[in-house]
Amino acid sequence: MVEALFWPALLGYGEAAFAYASARTSRAATWGVRLGWMAQTALLAVQAVRADGFPWSSWSGSLNLFVWLVVGTYLIWGCRPRYRLLGLAVMPLAAGLFAVAPVGGGTRTGSRTHYSNVFLVLHVGFVLAAFAGFTLAAALAALYLWEEGRLKRRSADILRLRLPPLASLERLTWRTILVSLPLLTLGLAAGVVRLTQEGHSFDALEALTLATWVLYGSFVLTRPTGRRAAYLALGGFALVIVARLALAGGHFG
Amino acid sequence: MSTLSLVGLSHHVAPVELRERVTLDQTASAELAHELGDAVCLSTCNRTELYIADGDDEAATAALERLAGRSLDGVVYRLHDDAAALHLFRVAAGLDSLVPGEGEILGQVRDAFESADPGPLLDRVFRHALAVGKRVRSETAIGESPASVSSAAAALAAQVFGDLDGRRVLLVGAGRIGELAAMNLATRGADIAYVANRSGGAARELAHTFDAKALSLDELGTALGDVDVVVSSTSAPDVVMRATDVPAKRRRPLFFIDIAVPRDLDPAIQELDGCFLYDIDDLEAVVAETLSGRRAEAARAEQLVAEEAERFRSWRASLDVVPAIASLRAYAEQIRSSELAKVSGRVSENERRTLDSVTQQILNKLLHLPTVRMKEAAAGANGASYADAVRHLFGLDDDR
Repeated sequence: MVEALFWPALLGYGEAAFAYASARTSRAATWGVRLGWMAQTALLAVQAVRADGFPWSSWSGSLNLFVWLVVGTYLIWGCRPRYRLLGLAVMPLAAGLFAVAPVGGGTRTGSRTHYSNVFLVLHVGFVLAAFAGFTLAAALAALYLWEEGRLKRRSADILRLRLPPLASLERLTWRTILVSLPLLTLGLAAGVVRLTQEGHSFDALEALTLATWVLYGSFVLTRPTGRRAAYLALGGFALVIVARLALAGGHFG
Repeated sequence: MSTLSLVGLSHHVAPVELRERVTLDQTASAELAHELGDAVCLSTCNRTELYIADGDDEAATAALERLAGRSLDGVVYRLHDDAAALHLFRVAAGLDSLVPGEGEILGQVRDAFESADPGPLLDRVFRHALAVGKRVRSETAIGESPASVSSAAAALAAQVFGDLDGRRVLLVGAGRIGELAAMNLATRGADIAYVANRSGGAARELAHTFDAKALSLDELGTALGDVDVVVSSTSAPDVVMRATDVPAKRRRPLFFIDIAVPRDLDPAIQELDGCFLYDIDDLEAVVAETLSGRRAEAARAEQLVAEEAERFRSWRASLDVVPAIASLRAYAEQIRSSELAKVSGRVSENERRTLDSVTQQILNKLLHLPTVRMKEAAAGANGASYADAVRHLFGLDDDR
């Protein structure tokens, strides 16, 4: 059953990753995202029903949940015809990460951990939701840099292959980070409380996540503009990717 | 069946000296249409066309020749029925315009239609044409890109700032080209804040038009800190603004449009962070690219127009069989009513109602398939022969 839901979701995301390349197929791409996300939602629901506890605390399980949050955020935040190229930035990444999730069993029914469900929902849920927001912000920042480069180069096709205006991309990046940072703060706070109660020391993932929080915190405080803002958003995303792919394994082990 | 005729001339076949003689304002167009009977006159700077239902081509041609003051042999075109409808659909879609996809023509077609008093055929074809124009614009990108240097400049500024509402503009030079670019920005909501010129009088005059502040060229540096867009079009032989004039500490981007030859703005401005500089060559390259995009979209638009023309042709063809269908139904109803009348005195009210309902259903079922088949035949090429066959078999005439 779970496997049967994984493939339609991957197919939807994969189709969208390619179909966003052309304006003519972008509507089909958006349907791919919607159907894929519905299939993944059903997959997560089956996992939640069958699991004895919170099923996404493993490295690959959290990757599954992370992809769902990224695509969900994209659907709510940026799924508009004018932002077609945002889909082109987000969906290949989402499809790629989702394809990796089954490797560690992230799309199967998870095993029970000794952590409480409430803690895992607060900690993992909030941190991953924030990371999903930062991923979207990075995609917006990448689009900003691309569009800014085209304007600087005075590309003749600037009005034919039309992206959202620089001001809109900058504003949306800022807002996405502004919404995501409090989620990361809540997720981190839940983790720190647990850490204090159990008397554990910081691991590399926790240190990196804290560094990510500091970076995005400074972004919100200083509100940079232009290229500087885009580079900062991408720098933060680099930390998110390292946290997600390199260090997340064994965090709850 | 009513016939549709088109007599006209356009930029394809007539030079401007001739077109300007036959161009009419809305009132004069309506009067000419009225004079020709059931007609609509579409008159713009690029075309004057007379669409006539059941009318006389010669009278329409004579009317145009009267306006032109000369013979229009070899200049005027005449199209009929489906070809005339297809032409009108292409016109409404902007496919027959000088710049493919230009949007103004759709409003002009609407004005021409609304100012006339068309009969059923012209009403139908013009309503259909307006719908075609809207469909082409919503389903293709043919009208999305700017087609002139000044509109391209405004579109590029919008690509940086998004909404231009409230963005402040410095206009350097009081020439016509700069004024056009400024007007384009103003129509998108930008605020023309300053007009700077070597001659104070011209600056003040243009500043007054835009409710802006007039400056001398020496004051440019101070205004730069307060604006988002700079449009420059002086006839100065040298650069009027250097990269060093641009304030180093800015939080907002600055967009420079240099439409002067020789150029007014230092090319080094483009290297500054947050500054975007477009000169006349850059703008022309953008316009050329968008026009080629319009031409690519025009191929898709032609397909949509052809689809709609086919739908119109089917509708018109169905008119061939409508009178025959109506006669057949009237004939059947007449028989039914008279047979019912014969028995109505011998049955109760309830029985009469039942008989009425049953015979009505029998009639509808019997006539359903012939009606559908005749409409199908009309959509092809056999409508008239089917209609004739039905009239012959049932001894009908259209007045029955």
